[in-house]
Amino acid sequence: MEWINVILQGVLVGGLYAMFAAGLSLIFGVMRLVNIAHGDLIVLAAYIALVTTQTLGIGPLTSLLIVVPVMALTGYALQWFVLNRTLGDDLLPPLLVTFGLSVIIQNGLLTIFTADSVKLQAGAIEVATVNLGSGVYVGLLPLLQFAVAVAVIGGLQFIFYRTALGRAFRATADDPAVAQLMGLDNRRVFALAMALSLAVVAIAGVFLAVRANFDPSQGPARLIFGFEAVIIGGLGSLWGTLAGGLILGVAQAIGAHLNPGWQILAGHIAFLVVLAVRPQGLFPKVRT
Amino acid sequence: MPEPLLTVRGLDAFYGDIQALFGVSIEVGRGEAVAVIGANGAGKSALLKSIAGLLRAQPDAITFDGAPIGGLPAYAVAARGIAFVPEGRGLFPSLSVEENLLIGGQLKRPGPWTLARIYELFPVLAERRKLPSTALSGGQQQMAVLSRALMANPKLLLCDEISLGLAPIVVRDIYARLPAILREGASIVLVEQDVVQAQKAAARVYCLQEGRVALTGAAKDLTREQIAAAYFGV
Repeated sequence: MEWINVILQGVLVGGLYAMFAAGLSLIFGVMRLVNIAHGDLIVLAAYIALVTTQTLGIGPLTSLLIVVPVMALTGYALQWFVLNRTLGDDLLPPLLVTFGLSVIIQNGLLTIFTADSVKLQAGAIEVATVNLGSGVYVGLLPLLQFAVAVAVIGGLQFIFYRTALGRAFRATADDPAVAQLMGLDNRRVFALAMALSLAVVAIAGVFLAVRANFDPSQGPARLIFGFEAVIIGGLGSLWGTLAGGLILGVAQAIGAHLNPGWQILAGHIAFLVVLAVRPQGLFPKVRT
Repeated sequence: MPEPLLTVRGLDAFYGDIQALFGVSIEVGRGEAVAVIGANGAGKSALLKSIAGLLRAQPDAITFDGAPIGGLPAYAVAARGIAFVPEGRGLFPSLSVEENLLIGGQLKRPGPWTLARIYELFPVLAERRKLPSTALSGGQQQMAVLSRALMANPKLLLCDEISLGLAPIVVRDIYARLPAILREGASIVLVEQDVVQAQKAAARVYCLQEGRVALTGAAKDLTREQIAAAYFGV
């Protein structure tokens, strides 16, 4: 019973990791851009949620109505004015620019909000639990977080494979030059992809901020968790990314249960094992 | 000649530092099919790419439908009604056959071509519409690429070596559909290695040699000797 509980907790946290990973995977998939600032953007979203809840006096979940559009617009502008200029045959410029962006965001947040850790208060929902029977209880908030993660992945899957926007994403990823001949402006397609990615980042950031304390230095670790979930799941597969997040979450939960100091280590070990045994990930998308 | 839809005047084009076209001038009338022939490296593809906006052109070198389009990005040229069938096919591998056609029509330009009309023109594509585009044979891929361009309801269709690497019977099959495309009002520029095929399909022929127009005339009037001379510069 104890182990069921541990694994369940891991699965629920894994949903959050999948959300970290989904935006990262989307950007890499569409424009081969590795966004080093992804984790810091998650923390930035958490702080925007903090300011929103404090100034407007609304709850964290309601604040999504503001944080998601703000982050999406930020993503569009970031891509349009900065990152589009770095894209080309060379992978290095976008890597360097997003690394610089990561440093800027961390230090900007440090200047404005100090290094003290803060947390979003969601009220009664934070302590509410659901009885799943046989003595297994799960928190309502983690359950909600997991449901949202599944919905986010499902929503991205729908956008990618059932809408005109998704067709444009896939066509541009396949061949940017030919996509232009279809009347698609690559710069605009990339900006829309970044907007979508940061909308997901916003949701992940709010749940991160409700779940535990956060501070300006937490971004890079979120980036690593996101990367690991993407690689475990296999590049280019959204449901694989969800599975990767869950595996990472469960591995961390098991590690933490054995010894509280092993939580992060256990996640990294699970990642390294997958990388050694199945370097293409568990559910890679077959590309021809 | 009918009123020109496309006028190219003194076009220079470059691949990096290498000049591919030297002051090339051509005209394409409304509803007309024009062939551009020439040896490998003569600049045929560079000409099409310059018109389509994939290679940089001088602003005043290309006039389309009464407006200068030289130097416009490819997506803006596409929006004005020029569709390009690139050499070597270039279907999107992650998209199904039908999705490739839909993305061709994503600008939603009004005109005669719809999915239903395309499937009438190439019934085999209707049968295979749900398959990944990579599952098509070479000839079917060429039909799909041509159809994808038609879905944009172009005023001008640029075809870069649509016969390349295809069996003669498939080439004949594809060329047999061109009159239907012309009847719907589109003009066509054909780049072709197969001179006989080009002469049959087009009303006028331009022959390029080392980046310059070496010969031009009505397709039926050009003799084999004239073309050979223009091809090889002997």
